[in-house]
Amino acid sequence: MSQPEILNQAFELGYTYTRSTGPVVGRFLTELKKRNIVGIKASDGRVVVPPMEYDPDTAAELSEFVQVGQQGEIVSFAWVKEPRAAHPMQVPFAWAMIKLDGADVPMIHCVAAAAESDIATGARVRAVWADETIGFITDIRCFELV
Amino acid sequence: MSQEKNMSDDQDVITGIKAPVYLKYNFTAGAAPARFLAQIKKGVLTGQRCPKCSAVYVPPRGSCASCGVATEEEVVLSDKATVQSFTIVSIPIPGNPIQPPYIIANVVPDGANISFIHLLSECVNEEIHIGQRVQAVWKPEAEWDYAMDNIRYFKPLDEADVPVDRIGKLPVTGLEG
Repeated sequence: MSQPEILNQAFELGYTYTRSTGPVVGRFLTELKKRNIVGIKASDGRVVVPPMEYDPDTAAELSEFVQVGQQGEIVSFAWVKEPRAAHPMQVPFAWAMIKLDGADVPMIHCVAAAAESDIATGARVRAVWADETIGFITDIRCFELV
Repeated sequence: MSQEKNMSDDQDVITGIKAPVYLKYNFTAGAAPARFLAQIKKGVLTGQRCPKCSAVYVPPRGSCASCGVATEEEVVLSDKATVQSFTIVSIPIPGNPIQPPYIIANVVPDGANISFIHLLSECVNEEIHIGQRVQAVWKPEAEWDYAMDNIRYFKPLDEADVPVDRIGKLPVTGLEG
């Protein structure tokens, strides 16, 4: 039996899910489309961004939306030297936990910076909006250093 | 991530998002499937026979699933086959270009002992039944590639049905052989 040639081929398996957002995440995305960022007030007064549907302590339904600032502070970050195709930026960038002004918990997003050394815990950043907003987290294209 | 418009109601309130997951593979066929594909490029269906239990597998995986031994002997199969089971698909599947209703069936080629999945066509869907004899309809030879869809579909043959207990046990020469 002769050796067969090696056959290989790119193959993509796609799960084309859609998800319903519910009223709370739906509101968050609707506000993003309008270039606003909203959080929600928890029972202990903390403002949670992105808003969550139920209180983290009491599990009570939450409904008090709070608009937060478009600037904030880096709480922690990880520098991505070699972005992958699925990443929001194709040049080196940082994933960061960003505590927006008026929020009490940080939110994850990407930060554009020329070099890792430009970024530090405590650095101030501001949201950069996409040219066209559609009601998705990528409406905030990234954050940039102030 | 999707850059298309998300789902929204009349007031432009977002009610849903697209959240697809794409898994990208580089698929390498392996020795036995590669030989199977090289043969199907020539318009020939081949299986492999287990040296222990004699079961003929198609497409071959290079081993016998029940005995756990390597399979090497290649067996040329017929492109005539028997319907072992089937389903009439009435609901469109996103991304699938075939318009329902259509039939997908497990067919066992003559000379093999297990079935593979393929389309049935040139038939009255409601008349297809288990034990039905079918034959491959091939693409024009110029289009043959390393692909199962060198066979466009299977179409009914005007032959006697195969009794259920003989489905998957026919020699390469068919029911009368």
